Amino acid sequence: MRRAVLAPVVLLALVVGAAIVDVWPRLRRSQMPERFGFGTPATSEEIRQWANEITPDGRGLPHDSGTVAQGESIYRLRCSGCHGVTGTEGPFDRLVGREPGDSFNFGRDPNFLAKRTIGNYWPYATTLYDYINRAMPFDAPGSLSSPEVYSVVAYLLNRNQIIPANAVMSDRTLPLVRMPARDRFVVDDRSGGRSVR
Amino acid sequence: MTARSTRSGISADKNTDVPAASLSRRTLLAGAVGVIGATLLDNASALHAQAKGLMPSPRALDDPGKVQGHIPTELGERSPFEHPRRRVNRAAPSGESESPLQDLYGTITPADLHFERHHGGVPVIDPAQYTLLIHGMVDRPLKFTLADLKRFPAVSRVCFIECSGNGYRGFQTTTMKREATPSWIDGLLSTSEWTGVPLTTLFREVGVKPDAKWLLAEGSDAAHMTRSIPVEKALDDAMIAYAQNGEAIRPEQGYPARLLLPGWEGNSQVKWIKRIELAKDPFMTREETSKYTDPLANGTARMFSFVMDAKSLIIFPAYPNTVSRGWCIITGLAWSGRGKITRVEISTDGGHSWQTAELQAPVLSKCTTRFRYPWKYNGGEALLMSRAVDETGYVQPTRAELVAARGAGTFYHMNSIRGWKVERGGKVFFHVEA
Repeated sequence: MRRAVLAPVVLLALVVGAAIVDVWPRLRRSQMPERFGFGTPATSEEIRQWANEITPDGRGLPHDSGTVAQGESIYRLRCSGCHGVTGTEGPFDRLVGREPGDSFNFGRDPNFLAKRTIGNYWPYATTLYDYINRAMPFDAPGSLSSPEVYSVVAYLLNRNQIIPANAVMSDRTLPLVRMPARDRFVVDDRSGGRSVR
Repeated sequence: MTARSTRSGISADKNTDVPAASLSRRTLLAGAVGVIGATLLDNASALHAQAKGLMPSPRALDDPGKVQGHIPTELGERSPFEHPRRRVNRAAPSGESESPLQDLYGTITPADLHFERHHGGVPVIDPAQYTLLIHGMVDRPLKFTLADLKRFPAVSRVCFIECSGNGYRGFQTTTMKREATPSWIDGLLSTSEWTGVPLTTLFREVGVKPDAKWLLAEGSDAAHMTRSIPVEKALDDAMIAYAQNGEAIRPEQGYPARLLLPGWEGNSQVKWIKRIELAKDPFMTREETSKYTDPLANGTARMFSFVMDAKSLIIFPAYPNTVSRGWCIITGLAWSGRGKITRVEISTDGGHSWQTAELQAPVLSKCTTRFRYPWKYNGGEALLMSRAVDETGYVQPTRAELVAARGAGTFYHMNSIRGWKVERGGKVFFHVEA
């Protein structure tokens, strides 16, 4: 009798709970199996094909290399249409420029005059390889070969006065490049409550 | 045209003269649409017009009670009188369109009016080909088809999604202008009921290793949108969503599946998700370093600033409305990525005094909340403002407070109090602040 009275109450509580907060933890304890067994195992070859991202320590970089000179000709052909002949003209993202230099005063500039470039803003050189390799050029994403990507990266780093003109970028050298804005980034310290951050 | 027929001898004005048997026979003969007499011809026109999204004839409009309405259809359409539209702000693959906040009611955004922001256009994905790969620091790397995902117990949740940069045009002195509508200011905000699999369910399936602290989420669009997300969030309330407002997710929102991170910036909720990789450290992708980081006045930039702080916006009255003398129900939306909205205050005198608005129940966590405040307008000048408070005690700051905390050149997460200037006579403009 008592159980019969309680059941609808419990059910109602679950429904209300689901509407307001995630009821899942409660259900999980009582009804979820350890595993459902859905999905199929991924082979290491499949994972290799899909997982092509590059991390700041250089993990994922192919065993290849490229030069500033080669990068310049690839850039002219494949990139300058969107980013300008010298990487400053646009019409899309400005890639080259060290101003405002050490002041890093983006947050103080109400007129947004300083554009965030590779030279003044990007904290990791490996991110360049990662992004260009997968998402560029805009009209044919992922169409550059590894040496071409290394070369374009080398060219852009050189244009930003980060590496010399004779530098070779490879899986060994790229992770060692220290970007000017490397130490500018801080973790989010907002946490709600009374403070405005 | 075959459905149209006329029959002489029947008064065009009195459809009561139409014999019921005749009507029924004709209806059958015509297949679906039986039209007898001029009045019913009007009816057919109305049906035809509505099916095509055109206006019914003036006759049918004159008194809808005198003609039969249109028959059931497989797919409903909006009234021919309603034309809500997204405002396409940038018509490019890396583009955006805004929800028409001023044309919407309540809190749910119709799926076809949900804002868009994408970096490589909207991909076309065949659900039969779709695969989600979860790998990295897991015991069992697995591939899930869409059908696999739908076999798991589903959960539904109503929450907002807001673009990280929403509101910049109303915050930056270089862009703000008086002639600004609510959607122009804050239209990269929408609310839906999302249905999908909790990420915790999938994590149990693959066996996430205890020292995995971050996950990489990758989309299958041309931008290869990639963001690092703390595993903590995945264990809290993240889901792989495949449905929106009761139907399959729209292509612009990530069809056939997207990452949903309630309360977090839109960009992190990777659409068209194809891969999740578990790791110890964040991956430092382009979208979490060179973009979606917030420059601060002290010469640093904030990284991984995921949560959308509490915010509110008066949606009526707003530009280009004109307020009439007398009672005016001020209404708008308030939302917080940290939980529930607990209070919304309204000022009609530019922030000198504040009154509490009524919140529409139910107030959901990390969801838009509709507020209303009855105001008697005297025909003079007024400056309307709204201020949201969330359950952490956070109070939506003024623009000056936000500038003091972050600098005038900051970008993303611009949640300062917005104002609407009511001029003598009732014309409303966005309040431009120096």
